[in-house]
This record gives sequence, structure tokens and C-alpha cells, in this order.
Amino acid sequence: MAAPLLETRDLSMHFGGVQAVRNVNFALAEGELRCLIGPNGAGKSTFFKMLTGQLVPSRGQVLFRGTDISHAHAHQIARLGIGIKTQVPNVFDGLSVRENIWLAASRIHSGERANSVVDEMLERVGLTGAAGRLVGQLAHGQRQWVELGIVLSTDPRLILLDEPAAGMTHEEVHKTAELVREINRSKALIVVEHDMQFIRMIANKVTVFNQGAVLVEDAVENILRNPLVRDIYLGKQAAA
Amino acid sequence: MDLIVLLAIQVIYAIASLALISVGLAIIFGMMRVINLAHGEFLMLGGYAAIVATSHGVSIWIAMLVVAPVVVGIIGVIVERTIIRFLYGRMIDTMLATWGLSLFLVGLTTAVFGNTTVGISAPLGSFQIGAYRTSGYTLFVIAVALVLLGGIFAVLRWTRLGLIARGTMQNANMAAALGVNPPRVYAVTFGIGAALSGLAGAVLAPVSGVFPTIGVAYVAKSFITVIGGGAAILTGTVSASALFGTINQIATFATTPVFGEVALLATAIVLIRLLPQGITGRFFRRGL
Amino acid sequence: MNARARNLLGLALVGLVGAGFLILTPRFAELDTVLDLTVYMIMAILALSLALVWGYGGILCFGQSAFFGLGAYTYAIAMFNFGESTIPLLLAIALPAAFAALLGYFMFYGRISDVYLGVITLTVTLILFNSVNSTAGPEFHIGVARLGGFNGIPGIPPLNIPGNKAAVIDLEGMFYLSTAALLVTYFGLRLLLASRFGRIIVGIRENERRAELLGYDPRAYKLATFTIGGALAGFAGCLFANWGNFVSPTIFGLAQSAQIIIWVIVGGRGTLIGPIVGCIGVQWLSAALGANQPSGSDWWTRVLANAPLILGIILIAFVLLVPRGLVPTLGDLGHWLLRARARRVATGLRPKQAEEG
Repeated sequence: MAAPLLETRDLSMHFGGVQAVRNVNFALAEGELRCLIGPNGAGKSTFFKMLTGQLVPSRGQVLFRGTDISHAHAHQIARLGIGIKTQVPNVFDGLSVRENIWLAASRIHSGERANSVVDEMLERVGLTGAAGRLVGQLAHGQRQWVELGIVLSTDPRLILLDEPAAGMTHEEVHKTAELVREINRSKALIVVEHDMQFIRMIANKVTVFNQGAVLVEDAVENILRNPLVRDIYLGKQAAA
Repeated sequence: MDLIVLLAIQVIYAIASLALISVGLAIIFGMMRVINLAHGEFLMLGGYAAIVATSHGVSIWIAMLVVAPVVVGIIGVIVERTIIRFLYGRMIDTMLATWGLSLFLVGLTTAVFGNTTVGISAPLGSFQIGAYRTSGYTLFVIAVALVLLGGIFAVLRWTRLGLIARGTMQNANMAAALGVNPPRVYAVTFGIGAALSGLAGAVLAPVSGVFPTIGVAYVAKSFITVIGGGAAILTGTVSASALFGTINQIATFATTPVFGEVALLATAIVLIRLLPQGITGRFFRRGL
Repeated sequence: MNARARNLLGLALVGLVGAGFLILTPRFAELDTVLDLTVYMIMAILALSLALVWGYGGILCFGQSAFFGLGAYTYAIAMFNFGESTIPLLLAIALPAAFAALLGYFMFYGRISDVYLGVITLTVTLILFNSVNSTAGPEFHIGVARLGGFNGIPGIPPLNIPGNKAAVIDLEGMFYLSTAALLVTYFGLRLLLASRFGRIIVGIRENERRAELLGYDPRAYKLATFTIGGALAGFAGCLFANWGNFVSPTIFGLAQSAQIIIWVIVGGRGTLIGPIVGCIGVQWLSAALGANQPSGSDWWTRVLANAPLILGIILIAFVLLVPRGLVPTLGDLGHWLLRARARRVATGLRPKQAEEG
């Protein structure tokens, strides 16, 4: 049993009285795709922020490839190989699509190589036609793909996706699921989503968060039938 | 012994005047997150208002405590309606526009009143502490500061207006849903902040005289007091004034007034670096 | 014509106009005018320093005049002590740069946010003003140079050709030097901004969080940008001390700081030509309004000659109405007109036809 790629031990976060994340013990294997679900306010985004160095945990540890990154700076963690697509698209709105991806690619490639990597990535996320347009003027779905393109361009070992299908049309959701499966062939992923259809398209193992702690972790079919999970969603999504 | 009392009075006076010049800005920044770089000019206009009133025969007390705040308060409301309200949420743009306003007001007062310092002589004479004489006006300024801060505390804590203000500050949309009119609250808040600044400027006019560019001396100090104080309006202003005022006076006493100023400014920079949220970002967090 | 070709054409145009200006002006203009134009060139370099730091770097520095003043004072003091200008010139660039590096380290590695950066940089320049202003007595000196306090430092010796103390620069020479310096600065910055470093600092300005999450350390990049800006401003300060042979504490003042910001806003953040245009435009306007006013003029004339009044109105108007500044807005207007014309041409409608039709 190989050492996990990512591991958290008793990870906790509190903000002046509010316990956002409590004693989370989480482990992700190399190349695994895990879905993270739970109602709003369950602590999923806060969890992601601690993994990427945007927040320093109040207690506990985050270990990536065996190294303790709990107090590392965000840019150091990014260089170690964790990429994140955030809940609200975090892109360079005032710059073109090409420039956005170039900024990511040129962190690990230089000169001409960077330019060709950019062209490949534009193909991959289907934005070659929009390469010269300002990202701020793109439709929401396209902005999400720009961000995916940015994240992929730094070639991380682990990719965190926070609601990648949010606000997308049916077609776009399918395309995104395909992209995620394709990415999973070479990289580990943790995907936070509310869209149960999307989760069924990609998931194996699912971790359910509730009120800052892990409620249950199981295969996707079992999760969807689990009465506890249905309860916390007030019987809506899980039954869909 | 007398020297200690004298020094104590000077320190309290420094704290009081710092608090006075900062509280109007603290209200505007604390409630509306607006950086008003024309703040110094509101103080200056308060001074001029008082002087013009007294030169027309109004009693100096009425001029300082009534005329000045009313006049500058009205100016504040006009400024909010014509400039500030278009820039909410754009903090940097607000800073720049109010800097423009500051230049404009300096230019205007220079054109109208000329460049020279105008003064009012400080009433209340002086009194004796042991071997030293000190001005009675010093005590008046301290008294005004105490009354003002106490009054603001009372309003925020115990009146409906204060509750509405605190509510709007926390969550404008909720407040609107409850029937409060946020644009009006903002206009009134800005006006009150301006009025308080006018009052402070008028009260301090006898101490330093008034001239068009006196705002410059006030703006940096009041800003660093407000930012050093942090989000809580009263607790922040009082704690920051206490810290900076004390250091300023002690440094002045030990060396020169100029070095006292420099010490104050330097302390502020160190404070902001150590406590980026200001004093009340870390301590006294539940204060008003 | 694609973007790259347009870019090169623009650069060539600037180069041509600049070179023409450099060579032709002293031949055709009065010495008075040359003197005025020289200071415009120097101030334009100062404007470019803030254009880099704020326009491209996104760092709101309210105290760029601090580095400008430090450059001027360093040159003056070093010049009196050394007598030969090579080292003072280098010091006038190095000292402000070092100060910027120190202050930048303090601010960026302390994670101080935008707004507070503005306040701190403002405070720093005020500290310098207050301190230097009070150094009027003879006991305040560095080596043989008296600081002079509010009186300033008069009679600053001009630059000389390195190694040759006697070959000092004259008025015309100052013009050539300043204009050439401005051109070199402009093209140098264009090169810097097109490089990897330049593109990254723009990314950091656009979305610092995202740049960080990609693995770039924003603190280091901002520090570098701020330091370069400080060095440039210091260099401008050295030239300024040479131009007037005089420097006083007002160089650290709020008014000077405000001016630099106004130039960049009026001209346009996010461009280099904009701040140059804004700087020269606003300076010229101030001079035109303030100059030639006979004493006893009417109230209206006095108002117009009141620089703070006019500048204040300009600043407010631009923030409210033309927030992107002149050059970008004119550029947009130009685009819009071109597209409107293209639409008319495409639909083949000529005015007469439209009327009769």
C-alpha cells in the first residue's frame, strides 16, 4: 500500500468562534479521483484553501508527498505540484485567453516551448478560436475552461476543482466531465460539486462533508443510497 | 511633581486632539469604507467657518461648537451627493477623487481668504500648576473630546439612529430590506463625519491659527490614527490616539517637536506592519 | 495590419518623433523654451517611474516624490563632497533604489494591502519632508554639504563628463541629456514590459491570488518593480537638481506627490505614452494658467491661475468621467470612429444616397 499523495491529519480551522473545519483526516492516493460533496457551508472550500496555502490551519497537518505543507506559502505549494480551480473563477480578466495560459505555462517552460504548450492547451480546452479575446468578456462556461487550461498548464500532480460544472449548460457539463476523466488518466483530482449528474459521470469514491467534518466516505453508488447523506441534503439532490 | 502633572496634561491633550481630528474620519471610514483624503480640508473649513462667524459678532463658543459643524456638515452632504456616491466600492478611485477635492478646496480657500494665517486668540487664559503656567484652553479641548466621544458612544449604543448606522455598516442589503434607506444613511453619515471634523477644526483653530494648507498637517495623522485603530470606530480611535499621542508627546518632550512628529509617523508605520487590521483587528474586537 | 506590426509601427513613430524633437528643438527654439522643455522631459521620466510601479505593477504609491527628492538631495550632497559628478550620479540612483527596496520589503513581505500601501507611502514622504525641512541650522550637514532645511540647497554644481571635472554640462547639454534619457527610459521600459518579468507583473496586478496559485511569488516581483521605480525616480531627481541647480524640501511634499499621480491618471494608467502626455500636458497647462498674470488681475483670472484649484477639478473630473485616462480613451474613440467608418463603407451608403433614398 503506497504512501498517499495527499494526507491531512486532524485538520481544523476556526475563525473567531466559528469552527469551519474540524479534525478532518483525509487521504488521497496517487492518481485517484475523489469527489467531495456536502451542503453549503460544510467547509469544503475552506478545506481546499488550507490545502493550497491560502489559509493557515488552526490545528493539524497537511502532507503532500510526505512533506508537511501546513504552513507553506501558496506559491511554494503551487510549485510543489498542487493546482486549484477556485469556486469563483480566478483568472486574469483584463488579459487575453492566450496571455492567461502563457502566464501559467511559462512558469515551467521558457521561450518558444512555452508558446507551443500554450497552443496545445488552447486546443485541449477548445478555446483556440477565442485565443485573442479578453477573458473578462467571455461567457461563464468559457471562463471556467480558461481556468482549467491555466491550471493544467503548470502540470501539477494534484488538481483541486471547486465546482467546475457550476453555471454550465448541459452540453458544457458533459464536455467538462470528459475533460476531467481525461485529466485523471495522468493526474490525481479532488472535485467539489453539487451537480449529482456530473458526479455520477466521473466519480468512484466520494467523501461527504457536513458541518466541517467528514460524515462518510464510500463508493458513489452507496453514497447516493445512504440515508444519512440524504438527510443532510434534506432529501433533495441525493434522490435525483 | 508639578512637572509630572504638566506632562500628564500635555499627553492627555495630545491624545484628545488626535482623537478629535480623527473621529470624523473614523466614522466615515468605519461605516462606509470610504477613504476621504479631503478630511484635512474639512477641518480647515471648520476653522474658517468659526473665524468668519466670530468676525461677524457671533460668540466664539457658538461659532466653534454650532456654526462650524453645521456649515461643514452641509458641505459634507453636498460632497457625498455629487462625488462620493458614484464611487462606492471603488476605494482607490475614492481616494483619488477626494484628493482632487482636497486640492480644489485648498485652491478655493486661498482664492477667497488669501494665503496668510488667520487667528483667533484662545479664550480662557492660563492657570498655574506649581512653577509652571499652562493654558486653560488645553483643558477645554480635552473636555470637548471627552464629551464628543462619550456622546458618540451613547448614540451608537443606545439610540435607534446608532442601531440603524451599525446595521447598515454590517449589511446594507439587510438594512434596506428592513426599510432603512442606505443612500440616505450614507449621505447623513458622511455629513455627520464632516460635521465632527469641522467641529474639531474650529476647536483647534485658536491653538494653531488657520490657513488654507493646514489640512496637510491633519490628514496624515488622522489617517494613520484611523487605520492604526482598526475597524471599531470608538475603541479604535481612542486606542490609537492613546498610543500615538503618548509617543508623540514623550518624544517631543525628550527631543524636539519635529522629532515628535517623526516618531508618531514612524510608530504608525510599524504598527500597520505588525497589525495590518489595526489595533481593534486584534484587541478589543467586540468594542464599538 | 496585425497587433505585432501595429506595435512596431508605434515604437518607430515614437522613436522618430523623439529623435526629431531632440535634434531640432535647440536649433529653432529660444533658450527660455528649451529650459522649460527640459524640465518637462525630466518630469516625464518621473511620471514613467510611477507608470511602471502603479500603471503596470498595480502598486499604489502615494509617495513617489520621496525617491525623486532623495535622488535630488543625494546628488547635491554628494556633489559638494566629491566635486566630480560620476559618483554622485550613481549614488543618486542607488540610494533611492536601496530605500525603495527597504520600504518595499517592509510593505510587501508584510502583506500590507493596497489602500494601506498608499497611506504608508504617503506617510514616508511626509516624514522626509518634516525631517529635511527642519534641518536649517549649520549643525545639519553631511560632510561639507549643509542640508539647509526649509531654505534648501542652492548652487548645486552641474554634471560633468566622467573623468573631466572641467567639462560641465550647459543648458543645451541638459536638454539633450534629459530628452535622450527620457527616450532611453521609454524604450527600456517597453523592453522590460515585453519580457517575461514584465508580463508576470501585469498578471500579478490583474489577479495577485491567481498568480500566486500558479507558483509566482508576488512579493518578490512587486519588490523588484518598486525598486526599479525608485531608481528611475531618483535618476529624475538627479537631473532635476541639475536643471535648477537648487533643491528644497517641497520636493518631498504632498503637492509634488499629488502631481505625479495626476499625470498618470490624466494620461492613462496601463500605458507609457499616456503618463508622458499627461505630465507634459498638465505642466504646460499649469504654466499657461499661472504665467503672465499681472498683479491686480480680476478675480476670475486669479481663479484660473490657481493651480491647486484647477488641478483638483481636473483630478475629480477624470476620476469620475475619464477614469482610464486620455490616451486609452482617445484610442478607444479612434477605434470606434474607424469601425463606424468601416460599417458605413461596408453598407455602401453614401450620405446623398441616404437622403434621396
